[in-house]
Amino acid sequence: MWRYSAILTILIVALASTIPLSAQSPTFGVGRPATPDEIRDLRAAIAPDGTGLPEGSGTVAAGREVFAMQCARCHGPRAQGDVGPALVGGQGTLATARPLKTVGSFWPYATTLWDYINRAMPFDKLGLLKPSEVYAVAAYVLYLNGIIRDVDVMDSKTLPKIRMPNRDGFVSDPRPDVGDKARKPN
Amino acid sequence: MKNSKRTSRRNLLLMGAAAMGGGLLSGRKVVAAETPGGLGTPLGPYGDRSPYEKAVRFTRQSKTPETGFSFTPLADSVGTLTPSSLHYERHHAGIPNIDPAQHRLVIHGMVDRPLSLSVADIRRLPSVTRIMVLECGGNSGAEWAATTGPDVQRSFGLASCSEWTGVSLALLLKEVGVRPEASWLIAEGADACRMERSVPLAKAMDDALIAWGQNGEALRPAQGYPLRLLLPGWEGNTNVKWLHSLKLTNQPYMARDETSKYSDLMPDGKARIFTYRMEAKSVITFPSGGQTLPGPGLFELTGLAWSGSGRIERVEITADGGKTWVNAQLHEPRLPIAFTRFRLPWRFDGRETLIASRATDETGYIQPTREALIAVRGTNSGYHFNGMKFWKVHEDGTVTNVEV
Repeated sequence: MWRYSAILTILIVALASTIPLSAQSPTFGVGRPATPDEIRDLRAAIAPDGTGLPEGSGTVAAGREVFAMQCARCHGPRAQGDVGPALVGGQGTLATARPLKTVGSFWPYATTLWDYINRAMPFDKLGLLKPSEVYAVAAYVLYLNGIIRDVDVMDSKTLPKIRMPNRDGFVSDPRPDVGDKARKPN
Repeated sequence: MKNSKRTSRRNLLLMGAAAMGGGLLSGRKVVAAETPGGLGTPLGPYGDRSPYEKAVRFTRQSKTPETGFSFTPLADSVGTLTPSSLHYERHHAGIPNIDPAQHRLVIHGMVDRPLSLSVADIRRLPSVTRIMVLECGGNSGAEWAATTGPDVQRSFGLASCSEWTGVSLALLLKEVGVRPEASWLIAEGADACRMERSVPLAKAMDDALIAWGQNGEALRPAQGYPLRLLLPGWEGNTNVKWLHSLKLTNQPYMARDETSKYSDLMPDGKARIFTYRMEAKSVITFPSGGQTLPGPGLFELTGLAWSGSGRIERVEITADGGKTWVNAQLHEPRLPIAFTRFRLPWRFDGRETLIASRATDETGYIQPTREALIAVRGTNSGYHFNGMKFWKVHEDGTVTNVEV
């Protein structure tokens, strides 16, 4: 009998302690707490406001050297495109029959450039570039597109402040937009 | 008894073959003929298909084959499921070799309890199984410019349908305790380029899965082994493979693959962003481009329809270039966001004609013509082409793509 009352007491205590917290408490308790090291090892994704950008900085001049060594092979010496896509030009072409979508003509955020170079370039030597080299290459590509001056330095403060030419070139998804179910403008 | 009957029938067939062409047998090794009653191959640990079956994925030649795509041979598909070995592929930096014992999924950012989960942890949780189509946002992308896709595979083959098993992402998010300020997730893969996409929290809480199973076994490496994100009805790229990080944030991260790529450029120069959903689509797989009908006669016309918005309600067929349309028979079960097979008896009278299908889904949305799509979106949008595909059946029975 005492067993039942003990179990009942445990149940009541358990219910009392879990029910009010049910929205906040784990149900299955699987896994273990992620450690700060583990999260750091993931290497941060970069937000448009610059969240996640690491320390370091890069100049256009430094970027020109890194680009020649690591990027020109696929993107061409002036980033005009080869095996890899063109990174320059195309401004003013988006509404034409032959749009050229490049960093300069199309990309809405400079932070995306840093993030993508950092995670995905050079294509066959991923992870090769150090943060300052990534800043430098980003600076050089922005310079080639006429977005920054040759004396500008890119770092976690300056890069997110850049206003890309096509920043306002994106709209939300209006679909369904074709046929009877198309949303009619109000 | 049964066996001996089979053997004798096989021998009969072989004898017939030998009678028809004696040289044929001497040139080929035919075990049954050399050893009457001879045995076949023994049991095996993991099965292969018959060597006579030749359907394969199509891949374009590339200097960078680690980034590219392979197309499912939809015209050879049977029923509604795609074999895992023929599921379309799209990788950005090759297929990683991941030891599941070393792999972890870390859920962090705006959460109360950042969590590190092993694959075993995730497989311990209550699982969900559903049959679901995956379609690349860029499937049929070349059809915007011209309807030059010569066959189903190369024009519509970046779509495949599997049975997927995994855990509800909403359940996992409850484990970590999402903070009220969070509104997005940044999903990242463990491939060499750590491919990432931003996903609205509402979708994650609705029907998203963290999948570990496909078609009765673990995911294939090309499909994200050991873990992938599944977002039912949304473009393939958002279904991040080799998933190792989910970061809760209050903003989308404007990744390269949701700004520079996978955004849809309109005629006015503006690009639509976060165009996640795949709209209703269908294609006739028989008769289709590259096939040849043996001559006039009765055939069963068949194909596949699907929609990212739910079930397929109706598929109509035209066999006279769009003048008249009739309802095709839909095979059950018609599952939401899954391949639905349609069939229609059709008599080929030996005269040239144009055939096409159009799907209607449960929301009432009707698959448009290519012209209707282009009238609204122009020809530079690149993604989300779901226009009707017309095939031309020629007098000699050959079937080709057609410019419409």
